[in-house]
Amino acid sequence: MLSIVEQDLGTPHRDSATLVTLSIDGREVTVPEGTSVMRAAALSDVKIPKLCATEQLEAFGSCRLCLVQIEGMKGLPASCTTPVAQGMKVTTQNKQLADIRRGVMELYISDHPLDCLTCPANGHCELQDMAGVVGLREVRYGYEGANHLTGEKDISNPYFTFDASKCIVCSRCVRACDEQQGTFALTIQGRGFDSTVAASQNVPFMDSECVSCGACVQACPTATLSEKSLIEKGQAEHSVITTCAYCGVGCSFRAEMQGEEVVRMVPDKNGHANHGHSCVKGRFAIGYATHSDRIVKPMIRAKISDPWREVSWEEAISHAAKELKRIQAKYGRDSIGGITSSRCTNEETYVVQKLVRAGFGNNNVDTCARVCHSPTGYGLKQTMGESAGTQNFDSVMKADVIFVIGANPTDGHPVFASQMKRRLRQGAKLIVADPRRIDLVRTPHIEAQYHLKLKPGTNVALINSIAHVVVTEGLVKEEFVRERCEVPSFEKWRTFIALPINSPEAMELVTGVPAASVRAAARLFATAGNGAIYYGLGVTEHSQGSTMVMGIANLAMATGNLGREGVGVNPLRGQNNVQGSCDMGSFPHEFPGYRHVSDDSVRHQFEADWGVPLLNEPGLRIPNMFEAALDGEFKGLYIEGEDIAQSDPNTQHVTAALTSMECIIVQDLFLNESAKFAHVFLPGCSFLEKDGTFTNAERRISRVRKVMQPKNGYGDWEITQLLSNAMGYPMHYAHPSEIMDEIARLTPTFTGVSFDRIDELGSIQWPCNDAHPDGTPTMHVGEFVRGKGKFLVTEYVPTHEKVNARYPLILTTGRILSQYNVGAQTRRTENNQWHSEDRVEIHPHDAEERGIAEGDWVGIASRAGDTVLRARVTERVQPGVVYTTFHFPESGANVITTDNSDWATNCPEYKVTAVQATRVAQPSEWQKRFREFSHTQESLLKDADVFVAK
Amino acid sequence: MSGAAAGDAGHDGSNQAAAHGTAEHLVKMANDIGDFFRAEPVREDAIAGIANHISRYWTKRMREKLAAHLKNGGGGLDELPHEAFRRINPQ
Repeated sequence: MLSIVEQDLGTPHRDSATLVTLSIDGREVTVPEGTSVMRAAALSDVKIPKLCATEQLEAFGSCRLCLVQIEGMKGLPASCTTPVAQGMKVTTQNKQLADIRRGVMELYISDHPLDCLTCPANGHCELQDMAGVVGLREVRYGYEGANHLTGEKDISNPYFTFDASKCIVCSRCVRACDEQQGTFALTIQGRGFDSTVAASQNVPFMDSECVSCGACVQACPTATLSEKSLIEKGQAEHSVITTCAYCGVGCSFRAEMQGEEVVRMVPDKNGHANHGHSCVKGRFAIGYATHSDRIVKPMIRAKISDPWREVSWEEAISHAAKELKRIQAKYGRDSIGGITSSRCTNEETYVVQKLVRAGFGNNNVDTCARVCHSPTGYGLKQTMGESAGTQNFDSVMKADVIFVIGANPTDGHPVFASQMKRRLRQGAKLIVADPRRIDLVRTPHIEAQYHLKLKPGTNVALINSIAHVVVTEGLVKEEFVRERCEVPSFEKWRTFIALPINSPEAMELVTGVPAASVRAAARLFATAGNGAIYYGLGVTEHSQGSTMVMGIANLAMATGNLGREGVGVNPLRGQNNVQGSCDMGSFPHEFPGYRHVSDDSVRHQFEADWGVPLLNEPGLRIPNMFEAALDGEFKGLYIEGEDIAQSDPNTQHVTAALTSMECIIVQDLFLNESAKFAHVFLPGCSFLEKDGTFTNAERRISRVRKVMQPKNGYGDWEITQLLSNAMGYPMHYAHPSEIMDEIARLTPTFTGVSFDRIDELGSIQWPCNDAHPDGTPTMHVGEFVRGKGKFLVTEYVPTHEKVNARYPLILTTGRILSQYNVGAQTRRTENNQWHSEDRVEIHPHDAEERGIAEGDWVGIASRAGDTVLRARVTERVQPGVVYTTFHFPESGANVITTDNSDWATNCPEYKVTAVQATRVAQPSEWQKRFREFSHTQESLLKDADVFVAK
Repeated sequence: MSGAAAGDAGHDGSNQAAAHGTAEHLVKMANDIGDFFRAEPVREDAIAGIANHISRYWTKRMREKLAAHLKNGGGGLDELPHEAFRRINPQ
């Protein structure tokens, strides 16, 4: 069912500078060339009946309801498949058309259950609407003949049902799966009367290839495909547009509401990032917001072995502030700090870093981007002058060759992956560099030209060898380099990269990638036209993460692939607001807008605005906080929205550090792993209860709108403000828009940003200022932000993490479509039906050598620790490499990972851990301790009446 | 609020913590930075790059700890970062 409020224009918008004028029912209409007659009519408020057409899909022309008469044209063409023409004269209503349409509807209705009053689509059913529109008054054929009314209902999917009895076989669901999602899981099987929609080989939806993106459900004109929430609750009475709180795509959604209850989340067709598409997380997985684990009342305790005690907000805030002040008085100004999160809005993050810098009086603030994309910020700033990706998502539609490095878009960024797949189906070439065979390597109608299956930890060796080919085979875009880049830096880099040690043949020993494939891929990338690079955490989470980002920037500059549409360096940000949290000054060394704290003019500006002196020295990064804690120098920590005890590497090191602190304040929805070490719990609110903004991977700032009041009583920014005031540093914001106004006042790249302006434009890509009043879809056009692009020498330095006889395998980690990050949200939804545990993927050869079969318990031991996971034996991973996800705390994936980190940013090296795998019969010792500890901590909560009311 | 002694948690105690002496950790960090700049063809540029990086991203306390480690005869620092650090802390 389409959104309850959006008007559907029938066929997609066409971009054309050429305009065509035609007449429809006597009205003159001017539209872009290529537009359908149906859409042109809709744009002039002439509604042509339709069933198989929707503007999210290409025209199909099967239902025969949208027939029109066109002067000079034979027959009655379908308006959905007929493009407009200059001077065309269209008639949409006459007796002949009405008779045909009524006849068509009569046939449809003769085989449709007449249960409209109890149907979930009642009132918004397009079939029902069309019956009314065409004036259907009787069905002459009766209802007793052969029909589909006993068609089975498939309720296997946790979020939607498929009721075959209501299906009119319009193919909208099939086409949505093909065109929008690109999974091709649905088909029409059989012919004529026997035609039915089938998932995969006619199996239940849950057993099919369906990825539950919801595109088919939205496309369905009847109640054949319906959200279970819609069936249960009924239809919404109003809707609010907001932004998804999952991945860095930042999809726009229309929250359809009944009062303060969400009925369903419908992707916003006007969303600039998602264009009406969604994935299983954003579309359906919002149940965590009202999960029975959610805590909505503040609590404190003296020791982590004490039971939690519910207290008033006043007592909790006062106690937290008093403790932080006590610690500072005893251990010094620098003994406390704060951690914010990419799950927070820009405004929330901004006030946290302000609290730390102005209220705590130090710069000990960091964010979870530390452990994901901090190398992106560093590497792109060094080479191009700005810590952000260069393009918008739509740019991919103009790419000729797409190079995906260390990213798994179909799982991690599924909505953008669908757009990328659409471009690939149009013929763009694909190169994938990944140790593992991600889905994109071979998926329906797409096959990578080259899958460079490198050994984990050898990214820089690979990018250098690709650049070597570009340089030594004369493929450098010399004119671009000469005009746009620092020539001395290029010459230095060229000399380095041309060295024989960087050749594909020399590096083959390191990377394991055949030199011929590297050479071919390099030639393709450099010569195919627009080359666009997309990368993820498989690039950044390495000891050479920043070096690799620089290597990518070097390659893009050398091949002239920057500064226009279709090209660029595109970091796919993991969480919804990674970009924003970094923009907001949550790193310890820089103010909002990526300006170093030692820059006197910038610091004086903040000092004048904030009314306090600020430190000119960088503060502690998260891993440095742990070290300082273990040294007894760091004793108090305020954590908003982040779960460092699960997400950060070397868990035992992290928990040792947490245990050594005297006051940990956790602001979150749940008693997460970090909260089990906390002394103060401040309940936070979900994205549905927030006002603010998120900034996605394309630098797009979008509004997050409150669709219900905070169940905990306060917005997260208000809680930080309360804490700040209690600490003695006054904040008096009345609304998050005032925080954004302050950000705009103090940040040159945000001067044109305000809530009103975002509302006006729908979203804004920063920089947005006098020079770019509507934002900046493509960066570095004509000139790099730093002036000239800078090439940097990127020598391959092997990681310290070595395989040996004791640890002969390399473990690498990643994520899966249905779960998100530490799983705090998705684990508390029905998404667990797809992925209820983390498993370790192991190649059949390695498994056989160890006597490991599918589903066996496997002990994974590294130099940092050991854990036990069940095996998935698969050729997705190469021999010598094992892989797991980190969505479940009891898996202990980060018990194994080490504290090796990126040289420049200390981003952990999650992607390379030397391990051994053995078949075992019981959990690891750590897991046993974890279970006992978790059980104890949960028992300390059992008498507290602090959970959300159902 | 004091009194949350190590061990209360029941599952934190490990030999890993002992393996993370701060000085050794800082030496490793500095050497990693040095490894990146080592490829700079001009030695002075490499040293300046390392010094600049440490100055911009390390806290004063971290620099003090590494200085104390070196003053007390602590080793482990590679030649290039050592020279860079000497220039940051000339005493």
